[in-house]
Amino acid sequence: MEVISAHNLTKKFGNFTAVNAITFEVQAGEIFGFLGANGAGKTTAMKMLNGLLLPTSGEGRVAGYDVFKESEKIKKSIGYMSQRFSLYEDLTVRENIHFFGGIYGLKRQQVKEKTNLLIKDLELENVENQLVKSLPLGWKQRLAFSIALLHDPRIVFLDEPTGGVDPITRRQFWELIYKAAAAGVTVFVTTHYMDEAEYCNRVSIMVDGKIEALDTPSRLKEKFGVGSMDEVFLKLARG
Amino acid sequence: MQIAIKISNISKSFGKVKALDDVSLEVQPGELFGLIGPDGAGKTTLFRIVATLLLPDTGNAQVLGFDVVKDYAQIRKRIGYMPGRFSLYQDLSVQENLEFFAAIFGTTIEQNYHLVKDIYDQLKPFKNRRAGALSGGMKQKLALSCALIHQPEFLLLDEPTTGVDAVSRKEFWEMLARIKSLGISILVSTPYMDEASRCDRIALIQHGKILSVDTPSGLVKSFEKPLLAVRSADMYKLLHDLREFDKTDTAFPFGEYLHLTTKGRVGEEEVAVFLTKKGHENVEVKPVVATVEDCFMALMQN
Repeated sequence: MEVISAHNLTKKFGNFTAVNAITFEVQAGEIFGFLGANGAGKTTAMKMLNGLLLPTSGEGRVAGYDVFKESEKIKKSIGYMSQRFSLYEDLTVRENIHFFGGIYGLKRQQVKEKTNLLIKDLELENVENQLVKSLPLGWKQRLAFSIALLHDPRIVFLDEPTGGVDPITRRQFWELIYKAAAAGVTVFVTTHYMDEAEYCNRVSIMVDGKIEALDTPSRLKEKFGVGSMDEVFLKLARG
Repeated sequence: MQIAIKISNISKSFGKVKALDDVSLEVQPGELFGLIGPDGAGKTTLFRIVATLLLPDTGNAQVLGFDVVKDYAQIRKRIGYMPGRFSLYQDLSVQENLEFFAAIFGTTIEQNYHLVKDIYDQLKPFKNRRAGALSGGMKQKLALSCALIHQPEFLLLDEPTTGVDAVSRKEFWEMLARIKSLGISILVSTPYMDEASRCDRIALIQHGKILSVDTPSGLVKSFEKPLLAVRSADMYKLLHDLREFDKTDTAFPFGEYLHLTTKGRVGEEEVAVFLTKKGHENVEVKPVVATVEDCFMALMQN
């Protein structure tokens, strides 16, 4: 079953075509890597799928809703973790979870249960009443990810979730991604770490507003006759 | 020749946070030296001390033979510093920024153009654009040009490639190799472990402490544990199953494989048999040479 579909989806800013007729589908439960060089149009494409930016032309559906007409419904059905840390630094771990639970419209009892479960899952019992700003970056990022899943969205969008974290924490983060996907959540993720591209079920690579390649990592490597995703990326992005 | 940087037992705290904890390092003249570690490791604090912008609590440091506290003015003339955050004048054009940095160091663009030519040529089509309106990659090239235009003896680059895509990162390291060939010593920090191999020597840093200083190949050779690369059709299950294997020391995802360190030497066959019993298909197990990232993770856990 498709949870994201785009057909010739396009976004123009004046004379500049940021996203040029991209067509692709993402299946439920898939980990989909959305790669591209800086300025290739990834963020613009992602914003259209998130309901944050109205496309210029084409068609797109996310979680069953139309990206032109039903952007508010899309926002309620997805989770989003931005590359800038977006929890409230001056609230505690518990307060942040409560706050976002409220924003997503969860019932009081639900928020309570989910908060306890989340704190236990992330092993944050000892710091639940500490301000978020006092936590190590890796913990913050895991917390931000879990909060993005608080309202049980069908899809979660992750924009460079692992930038700058240490190699062990980066891997722990990917275990959370695997776990979410195994539970049926579709994961749409961007990254500059090419080893992380290998963890995705399928990967698309954008170049100058177009999707130039889309396949499983192993088939992409085979197609380009190279041994790593890094080399696939270099071949495509350097033209 | 004068040692480029000599850092001796430097510590620096911010309130309760110990950003640097008894750090000692030496960078040789002409060396491309990498400081590698995650956010919050203390990289920027160390850079700011070396750039004479921050005083250490204890310890001392010399840059090109000058003391970072007493002789700061001498050091500032001789180094080029590119901070992690873009810090050029957003409202000046590309050319105005470069002219400004040349002027405050008492030189002109013409005089030192050979240093920045390769980089600046790529910026020329945009020379009248405001710096604030440049793309990330272009900003980075302009910042590097501005740090180079006074012909520094030593270049300090704090995370120049963070958030930059794989292609632009590769191009940036090619630029650094050219700068090094002009005889300029470079200290560069990065959170990307795969960039370590581009350096002559590297220091791994975590929680304010230096974990290791070595050449990239020396570091990799010092990895002592047996290391296997493992994969199967179901990588998530593989990770869980390998963690239950009684001979497993650590198991981490590593691109298309998992990297497995074991307690004592374990044959590939033995791992494969265990996994096949667990119901894995298409099992592949092979010995593999450690990467800088394997070393970093092993040192983190010590």
